[in-house]
Amino acid sequence: MASFRVEIRVMPRGGILDPQGQAVAHALHALGFADVNGARVGKHLVLTVDAANSGAAEQQAKAMCDRLLANPVTEDYLVAVEPA
Amino acid sequence: MRRVAVVVFPGTNSEVETVDAARDAGSDPYYVWHKDTDLQGADVVILPGGFSYGDYLRSGAIARFSPIMEAVATHARAGGPVLGLCNGFQILCEAGLLPGGLVRNDRLRYVSRPVRLRVEAVDTPFTNAYRKGEEITVPIAHGDGRYVADAPTLAALEAEGRVVWRYVGENPNGSTNGIAGVCNAARNVVGVMPHPERLNAPVLGGQDGARVFFSLEARDATQHAGDLRAVGGHHRGV
Repeated sequence: MASFRVEIRVMPRGGILDPQGQAVAHALHALGFADVNGARVGKHLVLTVDAANSGAAEQQAKAMCDRLLANPVTEDYLVAVEPA
Repeated sequence: MRRVAVVVFPGTNSEVETVDAARDAGSDPYYVWHKDTDLQGADVVILPGGFSYGDYLRSGAIARFSPIMEAVATHARAGGPVLGLCNGFQILCEAGLLPGGLVRNDRLRYVSRPVRLRVEAVDTPFTNAYRKGEEITVPIAHGDGRYVADAPTLAALEAEGRVVWRYVGENPNGSTNGIAGVCNAARNVVGVMPHPERLNAPVLGGQDGARVFFSLEARDATQHAGDLRAVGGHHRGV
C-alpha cells in the first residue's frame, strides 16, 4: 500500500445557472477586469488515500464522488491522483 | 389515527412544528432519531426542515447516509407515505427517492417569507384535502430551493402530473418551471420546499398548510374529505 494525494474538482454542471459564478464575474467587471467573459464557482477537495497503486486510488475516488462528493444531477467532477 | 414518524437529524429545526401540526390534525406523531434503524411501526414518515449537518458539502448530502434512511427507503419502496419538508425535500432528492435536485437560489439570498402556491396535484397522501388548482399561502425559508432536473425528467414530471405545488405570481428562487414540490412515480413520496407546518392555525396568521396533515387522516374523517371539521374527535374549521 502507498499513500496518494487525490485532488477532486466538483463543478456545477454546464447548463445549470451558477449564480455564484455570475456574482464573481460582476464583481471582477466592477474592479475593471473587463476581459472576464464568464466565471463558475465549484469546490476543490483534497484527500489522502491509501491504495495499491494510483489506478486503485482513482477508482476509489470516483466511487466516493458518485456516492457522496458530487451530486450527479447538478454537478460534474474531475479526479487527479499523485503520490503523497 | 395514523402513526407519524418525524425524523430528527443533527441540525433539524422544524421538528416541533411538524409534530404539533400532525397532532392537531388528529395523527399520533413521534420523533425518531437519525441513528435509529427502526421506524417503530410508522404509517407515515416525515423528514422535517432545518439544516441537517450544517448543510455541509450540499444540503441533505450527509443526512441521506444516516442509519434511519435505510428504513425510510424501505418504507417508501413498500408504498408508505413519505413527506420531505424543505431540508427533508433536499434529503429525499439526495437519497434518490425523488428526482432532481435543489441548488442555490438564483439571487443567492436566503429567502424567508410567505409565498403563493398552486396545488397542482391532489392525488397524493399529503394533498388529497385540497382542491386541484387551489391557490394557498405558505411560508418559505431556504437558501438552496431552486429545483433543477434534466430535460427528460422535467418532461416526465409535467406529463405525469407529478409537480405537486408550483409558485404562482413570483418565482422566489428561480426554480425550474416554478416547481415548489414534486412526487415520485408511485405518488407516495412527496417533497416540498415551503413549510406548511408553519401555517396551520389562525393564531399563526393563516392555516393554508393544515390540510397537508389533515390529508393523512382524511380516510378516517367523519365528514367529506373536502370538509374536514371533525377528525380524530377534534372539531376544526379548516
